[in-house]
Amino acid sequence: MTADVAVLGVGMHPWGKWGRSFVEYGAAAARAALADAGLQWRDIGSIVGADTVRGGYPGYVAGATFAKALGWQGARVTSVYAACASGAQAVAAARAQILAGLADVVLVVGADAAPKGFFRPAGGDRPDDPDWLRFRLLGATNPTYFGLYARRRMALFGDTPEDFALVKVKNAALGALNANARYRKRVTAEEVAASQVVADPLRLLDICATSDGGAALVLSSVEFAHRHGVARPVRIRAVSTVTPRYPSTVPDLPDIATDSAAAVEPPSESFRASIARAAYEEAGIGPDELSLAEVYDLSTALELQWYEDLGLCAEGEAAKLLREGATALGGRIPVNASGGLASFGEAVPAQAIAQVCELTWQLRDAAGDRQVAHARVGITANQGLFGHGSSVIAVR
Amino acid sequence: MPRTRTPAVDGWFTGEGDGFRLLGTRCAACASVFFPREDAHCRNPGCAGGGLEEVPLSRRGRIWSYTDSRYRPPSPYVSDPELPWEPYALIAVELESERIVVLGQAVPGITAADLAVGMEVEAVTGVLSEDAETTWTTWHWRPTGVTA
Repeated sequence: MTADVAVLGVGMHPWGKWGRSFVEYGAAAARAALADAGLQWRDIGSIVGADTVRGGYPGYVAGATFAKALGWQGARVTSVYAACASGAQAVAAARAQILAGLADVVLVVGADAAPKGFFRPAGGDRPDDPDWLRFRLLGATNPTYFGLYARRRMALFGDTPEDFALVKVKNAALGALNANARYRKRVTAEEVAASQVVADPLRLLDICATSDGGAALVLSSVEFAHRHGVARPVRIRAVSTVTPRYPSTVPDLPDIATDSAAAVEPPSESFRASIARAAYEEAGIGPDELSLAEVYDLSTALELQWYEDLGLCAEGEAAKLLREGATALGGRIPVNASGGLASFGEAVPAQAIAQVCELTWQLRDAAGDRQVAHARVGITANQGLFGHGSSVIAVR
Repeated sequence: MPRTRTPAVDGWFTGEGDGFRLLGTRCAACASVFFPREDAHCRNPGCAGGGLEEVPLSRRGRIWSYTDSRYRPPSPYVSDPELPWEPYALIAVELESERIVVLGQAVPGITAADLAVGMEVEAVTGVLSEDAETTWTTWHWRPTGVTA
């Protein structure tokens, strides 16, 4: 088992469409996390930034940009990119430095100012770029992939559009309680059903928006936390950053086809399930021990998929789990107590970090109106374009 | 002057009419099939790597899932901004012998309401876009019950 690292501080810049630079959001989140940790920026030995995304690829360099905005003080710098999973890779890089003894305390920052409309590929003529090709040849936006997954669930498991709408209703009710969420209004199933279809069977209110926002963590060794006077810090016990295994048999963004399973039998579990399993194995914790989960609800249907991939229920049982209220606040295993992407919209490099912020507030019993009672163990899960796994388990 | 018919992407499909086929490659060592074509090296991690030979893929398969694009996709998808957007269905098709799922647009006129998971479809030649000199061709999926 890998040693724990402590979460000393968390901070966010509220999500929205603020029309300012990602640097401002990231620096604000960083200052909030430092204040939460009771540390000065000059106490930080290393900064890890999650790069912004532009056209599916790394956009603006994050680590050095935030270090400059906070004031050069000589810290070691790292920048990472893994699309939606960038935040988890930033946490993984910080943890590795701490556990290797390269740094006592590391600042992790992710922020973005999302361009308007559909995410789109880089410009120019790029026939060697799979992300460019899926737009050029198929017009396959991200929501069309979410639509394929949703329709597949309907055919295989009997999920209905009404089930999907219930996810939005649940998450909007939680987001209404979160001051950092962009959408803070409750939503009814009727409102979901009345919104425009974007990619059959999914409607506008089934699909997450793109947002501006920033999130930051101050991570340290457990020894540093103790020296700093924090007797019982929230601890990160596992960080999963796995890739798929060949042959990957689910069409994944940005691919036009799956691998072929003609020559090699596919693995017994999906890529998403393997992301969670790697985290569980590293933590020595099973799904039965979870108090809460923060999952990547790019669409309402995808949240249901995660229930199964995290082992919260058997395959095909996710809609039942939702309908029973098990994943609502007060249920057996609340999912997306933060309000999820449904309430935030995606600020790509900040999102996996924001998930860890929420776990931290919950595990500290500091989540206010959306507090999960007796929260002791939380998991985050997420998947980044091009085959990036992301899952963090935190305990207290 | 008639437009030239040119594939929108090189080497991914061939032929017209009943002779239309998607083209992939197959590893001579392990028989793994790749679409889009892999020409450099076999991606099976358990394979030392053999020669990659071009192979036509099965013409018919069954719908794995489907959806549609109700809003105009951004560039580099080509559409006429002067015309109202016409949604098209997008289909993921599982080819039985290759055990691969390949995405493609449905032929024009087929909507998501016409489709079902498990329905048989076939690959046919289609038009992606046209400009002054060129008709850019692509592959479309067409339910086998439809002849238009």
